Amino acid sequence: MNGSTEKTQYWNPYVGGILLGILLFFSFFLAGHGLGASGGVNRIAVAVEDLVVPEHVDKTPYIAKMAGGDRDPLAHWLVWEVAGILLGGFASGLLRGRVRLQTYRGPQISTRARWAYAFAGGILMGYGARLARGCTSGQALSGGAVMSVGSWTFMLAVFAGGYGLAWFVRRLWQPEA
Amino acid sequence: MAPYDLVGYFGLTGSYLIYIAIGFAFGFILESSGFGDARRLAAQFYFSDLRVVKVMFTAIVVAMTLIFWSTALGLLDYNQIWVKPTYLWPGIVGGLVMGVGFILGGYCPGTSLVSVATLKIDGMFFLLGHIAGVLVFGETVDSINEFWNSGHLGFFTLPELLHLGTGVVVFLVACLAIAMFLGFEWLRGAIYGKTQ
Repeated sequence: MNGSTEKTQYWNPYVGGILLGILLFFSFFLAGHGLGASGGVNRIAVAVEDLVVPEHVDKTPYIAKMAGGDRDPLAHWLVWEVAGILLGGFASGLLRGRVRLQTYRGPQISTRARWAYAFAGGILMGYGARLARGCTSGQALSGGAVMSVGSWTFMLAVFAGGYGLAWFVRRLWQPEA
Repeated sequence: MAPYDLVGYFGLTGSYLIYIAIGFAFGFILESSGFGDARRLAAQFYFSDLRVVKVMFTAIVVAMTLIFWSTALGLLDYNQIWVKPTYLWPGIVGGLVMGVGFILGGYCPGTSLVSVATLKIDGMFFLLGHIAGVLVFGETVDSINEFWNSGHLGFFTLPELLHLGTGVVVFLVACLAIAMFLGFEWLRGAIYGKTQ
């Protein structure tokens, strides 16, 4: 868990950025659209919902568009991309010995509190990503690269929200001052 | 000319395999860049580790430049590319909510996936929260439908907004990215000292 020994194992961020940029370009070039994540998670969640309460899904317009009647919410590229992300992340972690059951947390916070904040943050992230019609991958990265105005204002808002609150919740991440 | 109709060329199964491959590369790059670790992602907001901004804006500039060149060379039909339509207000409010979720939870949706893939328990809680959040949105979106569709500007791009040529905007965004990298590095040095 020592930061200095782990740090050397990660790629230089500019190398990661260049590779990610090339991949993003390839996605646009081959398929005509960028990368995504939250939309795929959404569809997988809706697929489970459709197994449990299919009548309810049919009656709720937003999810019925994905899973109403005979529609299969999993028949969408985002779902397969999410499967690929999990496999790729696992492979990368495996190669560097980072696949290990553990909790990443700041030095001042308990493991249980970290889990609670992670869950709460996840709720906001899921809700916000649907409200904004995309997440950091689909809106900021992909929309940013094709210069969509809405994606750039979205990106500014994400950073504004994060930086705006960071000082007040510094106990979550920072060492004791 | 690109882009291609992947399902037409490769069939449904073939296109899914391509998306798994793209996702695999995406997940591999994210994890290798340190994005499976919430502490390093959150550190961006305390200026102690700047990899979020460096990876993200390098990627945007590289992809933007390659898209611009391949369009200029006639290899890519820019009109066939999916540019997300702008819905200004839900985008901004959703972005703010996500920024708050990011600093509390430590991940964004994509990075939480690679965290889960490497068995990080905090990432698993985050992903469960994310699933709860999208389900809540699906149940409640009808009551905020008007707001969700507000500020609709259609397919609206920076060159149209600024009345500048696409090449000029690509150049300006690249300059902005470099200025940001230098500015953030300066801030980190000012706060934590140069020896990091």
